[in-house]
Amino acid sequence: MIEARGLTKRYGETVAVDNLSFSVAPGKITGFLGPNGAGKTTTMRLILGLDRPTSGTVTIDGRPFTQVTQPMRQVGALLDAKALHGGRSAYNHLTCLAQSNNLPTSRVTEVLALVGLSDVARRRAKGFSLGMGQRLGIAAALLGDPQILMFDEPVNGLDPEGILWIRNLMKALAAEGRTVFVSSHLMSEMENTADHLLVIGRGKLIADCTVDEFISANSTLRVRVRTPQPDQLAKLVATAGGTVHEPGDGSIVISGLEPSQVGDLAYENSVRLHELAPLQASLEQAFMELTASSVEFRAGVPGGPGAGEQVLTGRAV
Amino acid sequence: MQVPPATGPALAATVGTPTFAGVLRSEFTKIRSVRSTYWTLLALVVVTVGFGALASYGATRGPHGQFFDATQRSLGGLYISQLVIGVLGVLVISSEYSTGMIRTTLTTLPRRGLMITAKAVVFAAVAFVTGLITCFASFFLGQAIMSSDHISVSLSQPNVLRAVIGGALFLTACGLLAFGFGLLLRHSAGAITTVVGLLFVVTILVNLLPSTWQDHIDKWIPAMAGTQIWATIPSQGQPAMFAPWTGFAVLCGYAAIVLIAAVALFRKRDA
Repeated sequence: MIEARGLTKRYGETVAVDNLSFSVAPGKITGFLGPNGAGKTTTMRLILGLDRPTSGTVTIDGRPFTQVTQPMRQVGALLDAKALHGGRSAYNHLTCLAQSNNLPTSRVTEVLALVGLSDVARRRAKGFSLGMGQRLGIAAALLGDPQILMFDEPVNGLDPEGILWIRNLMKALAAEGRTVFVSSHLMSEMENTADHLLVIGRGKLIADCTVDEFISANSTLRVRVRTPQPDQLAKLVATAGGTVHEPGDGSIVISGLEPSQVGDLAYENSVRLHELAPLQASLEQAFMELTASSVEFRAGVPGGPGAGEQVLTGRAV
Repeated sequence: MQVPPATGPALAATVGTPTFAGVLRSEFTKIRSVRSTYWTLLALVVVTVGFGALASYGATRGPHGQFFDATQRSLGGLYISQLVIGVLGVLVISSEYSTGMIRTTLTTLPRRGLMITAKAVVFAAVAFVTGLITCFASFFLGQAIMSSDHISVSLSQPNVLRAVIGGALFLTACGLLAFGFGLLLRHSAGAITTVVGLLFVVTILVNLLPSTWQDHIDKWIPAMAGTQIWATIPSQGQPAMFAPWTGFAVLCGYAAIVLIAAVALFRKRDA
């Protein structure tokens, strides 16, 4: 269990992390979402004791990480796959980490096999590809068979096979009852992996809920309807407080009303419906809407956020 | 694709508590598993023994006064190799920062005091053992060269053994001073420049001062104070210099000041 209370970090005038309070529970994957520069990495550095909070606290099972008795048994972290001496072989890199925590060096061989690096164990890490480096970082995180795993943007730059591998690994770790805390700016990735979400923007916590709750709470529910009497239905919807869009494919999209309300409205007024479908908003869209005001660097997109209807079903990124 | 086994066979709950002995092993693995260590130590041996031999040969070619010190002459390469050990002292810690390894080191071992103490101890041990081998090699080669001119000395003569071992102690202290600057500045080039400046440039610059000032200042210069430990003739004919162990203590004092300041900062700085 990771617990943050009023966690704040300032670098001079810049507030990187602003009064964050949250807990990360075991047995599930908690996604840590936010646009680039939102403070995700800083928060992870604060959890790991690399940086000192300006105020507030963050604990691992009740203690600051700098005071835990068995650091590698409790937390395995991959912050940056390049955070190693490239001149050292993969085997020696993992060996020095294992020795510092009195872990048996047989673990080094085990985790190298787990991540599929046994064949290159004696090669110097500077010659590794991005994917191999990422696997080595994960091997280091797994060395202590830890209860808590933290991954900062683990799929960045990986090929589809590598992404699938990391996704499955995280699911397996959570299924074993471990705490998995993973940051990403890729909403689509979190939609496929995370059970719970912490969303931050400009250092502030803006959501702490399950993925389903996040979507339903942060996106307007829309209903697609096909009917031979669109004008009649549009009037009824407007009277009932909903709004109508016509995407131009012969259907109409209603927002502001539940699918059941639309169905009842049509039935009571003898409007024939050929189709009635709730539109599933994606996490991507919910995220865009939520963080629209907190993106640090925004490209000038014509029309601005929320302008395009196409984000309803497809994924924007 | 099959779901991989998550972390392999489970570890017993009691396994995995860091101890000082374990951290020493870890730091020894680090220092012996990168090439720069071997290149630097090889340079240390070559420079010390090579310049020592050259200086010893030079001694056979000219007149020597009453303060001629055959032991110090054979160890003369230390004037240069103090900088080589300084480079290694800086690199063992600054490379953690330049490579980013420090973030992995501290997330696997967040007790910073334990980590940095073990690193310093391992480096000091490597520096001392290499220094000892190097100084004995320099001494024996130098004496062999000078024996042709009947100006050589043996280990059994007064102060000679202390001076040869003192050469290794001197190298270790210079290395730890450099280690302190590496930890303080966290930047290889900056720290190496500072070490060269303090050990070398300051020693040269002080010669430009009026000689009456030099009598008061010279003995406090880190390299000059430390040099007394590898000389056999008291104060090498210069009464203004400290006695061997006092001079060495002065050098260690400088190293201690830098190390204490660096460790204090290290414990509270963001990594």
